[in-house]
Amino acid sequence: MSLTLDDVLRIARLARIELGAAEAPSAQQQLNAIFGLIETMQAVDTTGIEPMAHAQDVAQRLRDDVVTETDQHARFQAIAPAVEDGLYLVPRVIE
Amino acid sequence: MLNASLKTLAAALAARQVSSRELTRTWLERIAALNPRFNAFITVDWEKSLAEADVADARIAAGQGGPLTGVPVAHKDIFCTEGWLTTCGSKMLANFVAPYDAHVIQRFKAAGMPSLGKTNMDEFAMGSSNETSFYGPVRNPWDAARVPGGSSGGAAAAIAARLAPAATGTDTGGSIRQPAAFTGITGLKPTYGICSRYGMIAFASSLDQAGPMARSAEDCALLMNVMAGFDPNDSTSLEREKEDYTRDLEAPLAGLRVGLPKEFFATGLDNDVAAAVQAAVKELQKLGATVVEVTLPNAGLAIPVYYVLAPAEASSNLSRYDGVRYGYRAPEYANLDDMYAKTRAQGFGAEVKRRILIGTYVLSHGYYDAYYLQAQKIRRLIANDFAEAFRACDVILGPTTPGTAFRLGEKTDDPVQMYLNDLYTIPANLAGLPAMSLPCGFDSRGLPIGLQLVGDYFSEARMLNVAHRYQQVTDWHTRQPEGLA
Repeated sequence: MSLTLDDVLRIARLARIELGAAEAPSAQQQLNAIFGLIETMQAVDTTGIEPMAHAQDVAQRLRDDVVTETDQHARFQAIAPAVEDGLYLVPRVIE
Repeated sequence: MLNASLKTLAAALAARQVSSRELTRTWLERIAALNPRFNAFITVDWEKSLAEADVADARIAAGQGGPLTGVPVAHKDIFCTEGWLTTCGSKMLANFVAPYDAHVIQRFKAAGMPSLGKTNMDEFAMGSSNETSFYGPVRNPWDAARVPGGSSGGAAAAIAARLAPAATGTDTGGSIRQPAAFTGITGLKPTYGICSRYGMIAFASSLDQAGPMARSAEDCALLMNVMAGFDPNDSTSLEREKEDYTRDLEAPLAGLRVGLPKEFFATGLDNDVAAAVQAAVKELQKLGATVVEVTLPNAGLAIPVYYVLAPAEASSNLSRYDGVRYGYRAPEYANLDDMYAKTRAQGFGAEVKRRILIGTYVLSHGYYDAYYLQAQKIRRLIANDFAEAFRACDVILGPTTPGTAFRLGEKTDDPVQMYLNDLYTIPANLAGLPAMSLPCGFDSRGLPIGLQLVGDYFSEARMLNVAHRYQQVTDWHTRQPEGLA
């Protein structure tokens, strides 16, 4: 398989990364080289093999349903690019 | 002092022969003098470091010191450190002052160990050479024209150049072991789940693991006693009895079964590296170990599997960098979508973007089964191979890397060549097994060679024992680069 230039631009859109027309061809070439390496996986017969999602086979722990967090929004918002009245500011999405 | 073991430093502190302030200052002065040559640190803050040293001195004076209280340590800039710039080597976090401490940092603070600063690293730990850092490459103290390895390259270079007695690192596909090998130091990636990932900036969450980097196995064992431990804030942290990782250091090696996987000695392995590893095997045999050949038939698939799984997890983890809550935001944009796309295009470097694109693709509709699920299935086969091998041996031994440190720029234009460097280190991450690298010689150019040990789950104490006994009969780990006095 080989990614087309359109594929690369579509993936970049999905990933929310602006990719200029000038950078796209080199990105395409490098991604195809990497996928060339990845394709060697396809020759392996994995019928009946259980996928391994994690290094340890342990169940997720549950904690008691109690409040553990304290209100630290002022501290956390102090490092945000734009805030006002305790709210994060982003460009207007609804006119 | 610069070459003293952690045990010696701790004894001198406990005996009040030296204060933590004096020790910390000694290393800070050395960093000030030598860091411009190696770029091993991103952030150094004398005031904060010395204040932490004073806290340690007060504890020692009050008779409340622990085993390593007062010994300074450098932290990889992937660990959130309250009040310190925490960049993860990225422009995206170049203005990020962490509002809290990572669990590992909390443990070092609780142990009374002052921080010497934050070490340079590949951006978001994605790289094998430290050349992807927004803060510029780290240079190898053994040859400044060569890379120190990555992603914990700043930590490795700092220890090799004696800019720090010990450091924290993280290892997702070899990021502790490969730089340890390239710089002639000792580093351990513990069993997955032993050190908390809380506050450790995420790359690939099912693989990321923190570990110690130092000059010797004994130092690493002492650091493990500080770093390891259960943390309810990490859902994958393991609840286990507290271990003393130094307990078996002196145990005899008689009867130890060392497994040599033939796949780790195949074509592509540098001759000098192969010879040094074989010589190390002979040393272990002299200490009473027996050698068995084992096989890891699917190990060759580790790189393709890793370059599906790690980017897939990274694409998800790094979606949090959106220019809204913290970090970089593009200065100009037309609307919300444009703000995301420009922020991420400008804030991430080329390698990080490449991996996010790979991950986005393998998780996208129609490709999930062919890539992501297939990779997870082969991950199982690789873990099964190790389980089979550990029926015949106690520890697996081989080279850490196929060659020694390469030149800056040598592999930057060819990501695939860069990725192939991690061929021997990735399998242990996929299986979640503990693995370490220790120095075992030098190549014809005088560059350090790393020996890798992979153990069964939770066998860190035994691996450290093997490494320590080896280091008692060899002196590779005591060698240091010339011209740094």
